[in-house]
Amino acid sequence: MKRVAIVGYAQHPILKNAGALNEVELIMPVVHQLFNDLGISQQDIDFTCSGSCDYLQGAAFAFVEGLSAIQTNPPIKESHVEMDAAWAMYESMLKIQMGDAETALIYGFGKSSPGDLDAIISLQMDPYYISPLWPDRVSLAALQARVLLDQNVITSEQMLASVIEARANSKNNKNALITDLIDESVYLKNAMVSSPLNKLDCPPISDGSSAMIIASEEKAYEFTDHPIWIEGIDHRIESSNLGSRNLATSNTLQASMNQLNLKNIKFDVAELHTQFSHELPFLKSLLNLQDVPTNLSGGPLVGNVMMCAGLDAIGKTYESLKDNQFTHGLAHATSGPCLQHNMLVHLEAQK
Amino acid sequence: MIQAGVIGVGQTKYDAKRRDVSMAGLVREAIDNAMLAANLEWDAIDAVILGKAPDMFEGVIMPELYLADAIGAVGKPVLRVHTAGSVGGSTAVIAASHVCSGQFKTVLTVTFEKQSESNATWALSPRYPYSPHINAGAGGYFAPFIREYIRRYEAPEHIGWKVAAKDRQNALKNPLAHLHIPGIDEKMVSDTPMLWEPLRYLESCPSSDGACAMVITAQDQVGSRNVAWIKGMAVRSEGTLSAGRDEVNPQAGIDCAKDIYNQAGIHNPFNEIDCAEIYVPFSWYEPMWLENLGFCDLGEGWKLTDKDATAIDGELPFNMSGGVLSSNPIGASGMIRFGEAALQVMGLAEDHQVEDAKVAMGHAYGGAAQFFAMWIVSSSLD
Amino acid sequence: MSAEDTPKDYSESPINLEYFYTAGSATTRFLNQVKEGNIVGQGCPKCKAVYVPPRGSCPRCGVATDIEVPLTDKGCIESFTVVHIPIPGNPIVPPYVCAMIRLDGANISFLHLIQDVEIENIRIGMRIQAVWKPKEEWTHSLENIKWFAPIDEPDVDVATLRFEES
Ligand SMILES: [Zn+2]
Repeated sequence: MKRVAIVGYAQHPILKNAGALNEVELIMPVVHQLFNDLGISQQDIDFTCSGSCDYLQGAAFAFVEGLSAIQTNPPIKESHVEMDAAWAMYESMLKIQMGDAETALIYGFGKSSPGDLDAIISLQMDPYYISPLWPDRVSLAALQARVLLDQNVITSEQMLASVIEARANSKNNKNALITDLIDESVYLKNAMVSSPLNKLDCPPISDGSSAMIIASEEKAYEFTDHPIWIEGIDHRIESSNLGSRNLATSNTLQASMNQLNLKNIKFDVAELHTQFSHELPFLKSLLNLQDVPTNLSGGPLVGNVMMCAGLDAIGKTYESLKDNQFTHGLAHATSGPCLQHNMLVHLEAQK
Repeated sequence: MIQAGVIGVGQTKYDAKRRDVSMAGLVREAIDNAMLAANLEWDAIDAVILGKAPDMFEGVIMPELYLADAIGAVGKPVLRVHTAGSVGGSTAVIAASHVCSGQFKTVLTVTFEKQSESNATWALSPRYPYSPHINAGAGGYFAPFIREYIRRYEAPEHIGWKVAAKDRQNALKNPLAHLHIPGIDEKMVSDTPMLWEPLRYLESCPSSDGACAMVITAQDQVGSRNVAWIKGMAVRSEGTLSAGRDEVNPQAGIDCAKDIYNQAGIHNPFNEIDCAEIYVPFSWYEPMWLENLGFCDLGEGWKLTDKDATAIDGELPFNMSGGVLSSNPIGASGMIRFGEAALQVMGLAEDHQVEDAKVAMGHAYGGAAQFFAMWIVSSSLD
Repeated sequence: MSAEDTPKDYSESPINLEYFYTAGSATTRFLNQVKEGNIVGQGCPKCKAVYVPPRGSCPRCGVATDIEVPLTDKGCIESFTVVHIPIPGNPIVPPYVCAMIRLDGANISFLHLIQDVEIENIRIGMRIQAVWKPKEEWTHSLENIKWFAPIDEPDVDVATLRFEES
């Protein structure tokens, strides 16, 4: 299999409300920053792929508007997933592996502030039986949290620790939205949104964008002597029927771990797309990351740009490997209610 | 590069309202037909690639989540593609890329639209604040480009009627087509009301429910199966509102076609391609794409149409299945083109089969004629 | 069986979602001028193409269009269609003419209405000018322009409108 490396990543400061910034105005700064960092232009990119969701800002074809941020004269090889941009990276990697591209630009953008995210995400469910009940995203997550607590997979102390640590770790992330520190008393004072999740167990409504550049082995060495390799990547989806899933574990994540042979790898760092506080201890345990520094960026609890947060987990892992003497990093991206669709990415720094 | 081929194409019956099936039932109908055609069991499928146009057509966000079970993706990788009207084509290209990357042996790809679930015109053109309320749907958007084509090359108005009649006559040979109009001819088209000048009612595509699926596999998995080999595939995009863009003859279409001809070793597409399924949602796009895709010089496309070159028994048959003008579940419309091209070279197109079709082209476009996806399939690998 | 006895095979389930819509900062600058009756395009610093209405970028170059370019409300018809069918929710009564308006000095066109002329006399290349609503009705919208109407000037060869980088 052809090796593919991440050679650049940029993230827009995560905003509570990007206000008047439209798709183009969100995307252009991160793409330009990457181009400047690497000293290249769109002409040096063989394939471009983005991730976004029309419904977030209520615009059919939001990705078409977003494409105006990119130089498309001459026309470019380009595609779009209506998914988190982590999957745009996946598609781009396939293009490099098949030899159709040596370099790829990936970007994702999302504005959750203009609409009612709870109502919007309800429309992800079965349109005949579930969506008409308008189950909001927090309540769906709370179902899983309750199962995990009741079956002693996690504890409420771990949930509290997730929230406190995320905020403490936000100091490592210049783009974090939530940076104020809290203690147990503040946490306990917050009202429940959907039991057992209170407001601080949930990610903030966030607007933003991110971009990444990946390259083939040969091309990667033109950018850096120390590429960060995508050593392994696997993603799988579970049933849409919550009643048929065992929410106390994740069959697909276990399958991905086996597929990637992660058991014997000593990870130095991990970034998980854990949007709710209970998901962090759950996945740390499931992925054997108990002793691995995880979500040093603060993770989604301090800034959760829809359609980017998965790519951000990969990007933040990449940054950790690049900036430290780390060797192995694990990133996780997710989509759907109760961690329905999961991607694992094993990154390895060139020694 | 790893060679890949189509070993199964499955389609639904296309209709204005498929109220007999849910969205899940609709995609499954196409998938079951594709799996049957490929003669495969589910465990042979390594990944599922789903495509469709805007989620607002059905009011289901990221439908791969809800459809995971119906599309047989549980426990497997699934990718959801959305590239506007070209999505059926680009989804096929991305599915084939899964195989060509070496990561997967066999993949299932499916595209669908169930436009009856919502108001499609509204979903395409919601009213935004601050903008004049003059958006007149897709036909209103493309009609000015067509008028400019007619002006540039002094094309006579019957060309549009001719394409519309020809594609609907072909549809009578395809039991799955949405529109079956007995006795359809140029006169009948020209007698229908004007919608968006110069486009008349029957010069426009219908709004359909439907799905199309394909099984794509690597060379070493083919066995003794009938296969349509993918000889070239490409996508190209250009920005909507870009100064200097020629909407009548978009550069992205020109470049995309050149790319697949190069990959397939085609020097003279008119002579070397036996038949083509080209995305023609409005009649005049046939002559426009004949030129854009390099089948003839600029201004010569309407003349080819006029002398029946694109008829099913012509020199370069276009849209033997009836095309987008006869069935248009938007998200699937591109894949139907790609799948019908495959059926032709596999010799499985039944009553709308072009005799001795060995090399066929599938084409899709979308957005403001700015997104393109194309492939060339062949009955032989060399 | 009467209609009431027929089992219903569908039900309507309207989805209403509310959004706080923002136009984008480039469009906001543009609309603030439109509110005052001015049309100010935005130019690309690299290729100099002028965009109206602006979206904030030049897709030719992939850069922000940060040069303000005041334009007049005169231009020509790049192409057009006559719409004969009502569009759901659209108050305009057909038939009406929807045209690609190319303002003088702009390098892209936008859709607007043509009126004050017999439909059969409308031509590609025809010179036109904006007909504005009364000033007291002006808002942040191109609807401040009721429509465009022909003016007595020679037609333009639209082939000459094609933008070429100098
Ligand atoms: Zn420019």
